[in-house]
Amino acid sequence: MNKFTVLDLLNLDLKEHDALDLRCIAGRSGLVRPIEIPDINRPGLALSGFFDNFAFQRIQLFGRGEYAYLEKLFEEHSFASVERFFQNEMPCVIFSHSLLPKDEFIEICTASGCPLLQTSLTTTDFSARIMRALSNMFAPKQTIHGVFVEVFGVGVLILGESGVGKSEAALELITHGHRLVADDAVEIRCVSGNILLGSGANKVIGHHMEIRGQGILNITHLHGVSAIRDKMEIQLVVHLENWDASKNYDRLGDLDVTTEILGVKIPYLKIPVKPGRNIPILIETAAKNERLKEMGYFSAKEFNQNVLKWLEGENARTLYLQNSDL
Amino acid sequence: MTERRVTIKNRAGIHARPAALIVGVASNFVSKINMIKEAENESINAKSIMGIITLGARYNTTLLIRAEGPDEAEAVQALSDLFERRFEEE
Repeated sequence: MNKFTVLDLLNLDLKEHDALDLRCIAGRSGLVRPIEIPDINRPGLALSGFFDNFAFQRIQLFGRGEYAYLEKLFEEHSFASVERFFQNEMPCVIFSHSLLPKDEFIEICTASGCPLLQTSLTTTDFSARIMRALSNMFAPKQTIHGVFVEVFGVGVLILGESGVGKSEAALELITHGHRLVADDAVEIRCVSGNILLGSGANKVIGHHMEIRGQGILNITHLHGVSAIRDKMEIQLVVHLENWDASKNYDRLGDLDVTTEILGVKIPYLKIPVKPGRNIPILIETAAKNERLKEMGYFSAKEFNQNVLKWLEGENARTLYLQNSDL
Repeated sequence: MTERRVTIKNRAGIHARPAALIVGVASNFVSKINMIKEAENESINAKSIMGIITLGARYNTTLLIRAEGPDEAEAVQALSDLFERRFEEE
C-alpha cells in the first residue's frame, strides 16, 4: 500500500454519516506527513508535561477539554509543554467542534511543520468516524478479477475465466434492474475482521464495462444512477465455468460450500455454463436462495428433512401393520 | 436389457443424499436406467433426483434396476454396489 498521508485523509471522499468534514487551517507544508497508525490520541497528558509513552505517531485529537487546558496554559504564558509537544513528528493535530486555537499555538505548530486541521464534528462523533475511516483504509485488501453486482440486495461476486460470460451475465442482470458495483477489477477490503467490502478498484474508470463486440460501455449513462452502486458487502461468490460433462455438479445444494477471501468464508456456488442455461436467471435464483438461507430457511435441508420424516412415517406404518397381523 | 433386484439396507431409506449419489453414478452411463418399485408398478428414470426421492424407497424395500444400452451391465453393477455399500451411510 502506498503511504497514506494527511492530504489523503483530507481528500477522502466520505459522505453523510461518514463525512469527516476536515479542513486545514495551518501547517500546509506538513500535509505530506504519512499516517502510519490507524488510531488517534488525546494529548491531555502530554500537554500537562507528561511525555512517557506519548503516542506521537498517532493523529492528535483536541477536544473541548484539551482546548480549555490550552487556554489556561496560554493565559499563564507557559508554552514549554506545547513546544515540547510539537518537537515530536506527529501526523497532524485536529481540533473538533470547529475550535480555533490561539495564534501562538498556530505559530508554534506552523514552525514545527505539523499540519493543523479542524472539524465541525463533536469529539465523540469525529473519533468514531475517523476510526472507521482509518480501519477501512488500513484493512487488508486484494484485487480480484471478476464482476461484482448487487442482486435483490445481495452482493454477488461473479468469478470465472475470461470469455466465460461474466460481463454479459452482469449486463443482463443490470437490465433486469440490478446494480453494477464493479467490473473486471474488484477491490476487496476486509472490514472489522469478518465483512468483505467490494468496490471498483479505480474510481475514475468505475461503472464501465467491456462487452465483446461493443467495446466499452458507460453503465451510468446507459442505465442511470439506479443501476450502479459504489460499494457493497460480498455475500455470495458465483463461479462460472464451462460445462464439463465429466464433472459431477452439485445436485442437492445441502452443504454449506464456502470459499475464502482474505480469510473470510463466503458462500460459494459453481455454475456450469452451456447454451440453453440462462445464467442471469440462475444468479438471481442463487441470490434469492441466499437471502432465504440468511433468514434461516435452507431449502435443500428442509426438503431432505421432510423426505426423511415421510420415509420414517412409512416405516412405522409398515411395522405397525406387520405387528397387527400377528 | 440387464436387470437386478436390490434391497435398501440403510435405515433412513433413499432420501436426498442417496438419491444424489444414485443420480451421480447413473449419469456416468449412456444406457437408459430405470428404478422400478414392482409392488406399485412405479418406474422412474435413475438420472432424475426428484423422481428417485418420489419413489419413497424406505428401509428393506426391494427395487428393480433395469438398464438398456451399450454399458447396461456396468451400470447395473455400479448401482447395486452403491446399494450394497448402504450409500456410504451407517
